[in-house]
Amino acid sequence: MQGASLPPPRRHGRLVARLIVLAGFFFAFGFALVPLYDTFCEAVGFNGKTLKDALAAKDAPPSAINYSRKLGVQFTATLMPGLPWEIRPLEPAIELHPGELRTTRFLVRNLSDQTIVGQAVPSVSPTVAARHFRKLDCFCFTQQTLAPGESREMALTFIIDGDIGDEISELTLAYAFFLAPKDPA
Amino acid sequence: MNTATHTLDGHGGHAHQPGGLLRWLTTTNHKDIGTMYLSFSLLMFFVGGAMILAVRAELFQPGLQLMKPEFFNQLIGVHALVMIFAALMPAATGFANWMIPLMIGAPDMALPRLNNWGFWLLPPAAILLTLPFVLALFGIGDGAVATGWTLYAPLSVQGGIGVDFAIFAIHILGISSIMGSINIIATILNMRAPGMTLMKMPLFCWGWLVTAVLLIVTLPVLAGGVTMLLTDRHFGTHFFDAAGGGDPILFQHLFWFFGHPEVYILLLPVWGLMPHVLSTFSRKPVYGHTGQVWSFVAIGVLGLVVWGHHFMTAGLPVPALLYFMYSTMSISLPLAVLFFCWIATMWRGAMSFETPMLFAVGFIVLFGIAGLTGLVLADVAADAQYHHSYFVVAHFHYALFAGGIMGVMTGVYYWLPKWTGHMYSERLGKLHFWLTVISFNLTFMPQFFLGLAGMPRRIPDYALQFAEFNAISTVGSFVLGLSQLLFAYNIWRCIKGGEKASNGVWEGTHGLEWELSSPPPHHSWETQPVIKD
Repeated sequence: MQGASLPPPRRHGRLVARLIVLAGFFFAFGFALVPLYDTFCEAVGFNGKTLKDALAAKDAPPSAINYSRKLGVQFTATLMPGLPWEIRPLEPAIELHPGELRTTRFLVRNLSDQTIVGQAVPSVSPTVAARHFRKLDCFCFTQQTLAPGESREMALTFIIDGDIGDEISELTLAYAFFLAPKDPA
Repeated sequence: MNTATHTLDGHGGHAHQPGGLLRWLTTTNHKDIGTMYLSFSLLMFFVGGAMILAVRAELFQPGLQLMKPEFFNQLIGVHALVMIFAALMPAATGFANWMIPLMIGAPDMALPRLNNWGFWLLPPAAILLTLPFVLALFGIGDGAVATGWTLYAPLSVQGGIGVDFAIFAIHILGISSIMGSINIIATILNMRAPGMTLMKMPLFCWGWLVTAVLLIVTLPVLAGGVTMLLTDRHFGTHFFDAAGGGDPILFQHLFWFFGHPEVYILLLPVWGLMPHVLSTFSRKPVYGHTGQVWSFVAIGVLGLVVWGHHFMTAGLPVPALLYFMYSTMSISLPLAVLFFCWIATMWRGAMSFETPMLFAVGFIVLFGIAGLTGLVLADVAADAQYHHSYFVVAHFHYALFAGGIMGVMTGVYYWLPKWTGHMYSERLGKLHFWLTVISFNLTFMPQFFLGLAGMPRRIPDYALQFAEFNAISTVGSFVLGLSQLLFAYNIWRCIKGGEKASNGVWEGTHGLEWELSSPPPHHSWETQPVIKD
């Protein structure tokens, strides 16, 4: 340090630009978490989400049915606030073999005097069983529109994988029925 | 540490500076801005404190006496947001503004105008946060945000206009904090005195460097999360609406990805200043400087990957629970390194107990309780019982009041003579310490037992068997709140005058900041010192 020791003019531009990019990256990361979260939950079977590629199981040979085991399956359905319906599973509890194709039904009725659209959201517990629960057809795949006072039997067709772990003997499929969100469009 | 200074005709005068209010509106001086941050913080500390005293008054007896449950819900949420974003964080930023340039031998912060803007965003944000209380008095809206500070969906999707005000306040506070962080990182990385390598840099600067990085990494995620909340509320998106294919648990992930590192954001500046105080009043060098630096870094990194322990009861699958439990517990290792370094710094020192040292030692004991009860909560099996109980409330007040606010008070008493050039009243300071530490324990120790007995948090009424402990806690909280007036008075008196402080202020101080006069000139280190050894 000799002579006029005024510090050299500082150039912070590059560092500041990098830090702003870092902050921008993490803002985008927050939004990227939305699809990542779904992908992650589906990949590892967390969160009680059932698989989307369920149709593959339909082609499974009958020999995939494991007649040596029996599984208990319970069905429940709950109405979320704001949906003036009633709903109940016609078979609250069944027994089946892993790999067996089954259809069960839920009875739903619109108690109001208005046409109402509802959406069922499923959840399987224990959550580790969710990836073995393959739905071929389900009323939860689409929204359900009920006229005033209308009642309907809604079907669910499913297979529980033959390779489901031995530690699981009972599982529950719970539906929460929501008033379908109104699209702003 | 030797310094060589060179004379230079700098613009040391104040001639080109406007006077009065305009001076504070337009200032780009790091000392002025630091003073504004600290004053704002103290003001909001009393605002947030008054809110929670109203809550404690309601909880003095079982039953509803003073307020409706809706108002109670608003008070607890805004109390937390005010204390975290408007009291603790600005206090730490005020310290950074005042001390980092003095400690590293820089003439000012790297980006002085950004610094001014960063501060002046805070008052509008604080007004946004509290305005709904006032609007409700005139029949507009239904009051402030009533969801608790965590803003969990779907409650926050359904809430009133208070939620929108809180969302915009968080956006503004976030922008302010990110600007402050960019400024601090640029200052630390580009403006250290020649010879001051990163590993020779004072620990306070290191604590802030890690804090600033954490802020830049996590605050944008919170900003994104509350933006999704805003579009869910008003623009027909379904990020957190299960009926539309969204997931309310996703909000908890987004919130706590920010929220857990936020705990370390609040505490790292305090952990940084603690060794300075302990070393000064033990008249010994800081023990384990390098170890503490790496502990800061380790805690910062680990703090980013443990967020799930805040909602272990939300239905996380077992493998995720185990991961979050073990990763959370692993943070106690670098934290234990810090504790042992603090104790080793005092070990066999010639200790004296001036007010800052009292607060520092009180901090170590009480923050230790916060850490140990945190280990209990990290245990998945125990957490199932203690989650959302008063045990959690007591735990995080030991962390954030005893760890955070008492840490800030340590720094204020330690540096106040340097800032003002006067000694504060040691007698009042010690009185303030003892009143604070006793009434703090009187307030929060009973809450551990309430939580163990099953009292849930965020409820304005409770079962009869909780009455005694709640009454004790309320008495403690009022003593705690009122004794803070002593703190404000002592600061005021010290600004106005008092015994002159020497350059070093305390007997055992080391570092560049103690070589300047007390108070330091308006423009300091215009010629950078050179660190020789």
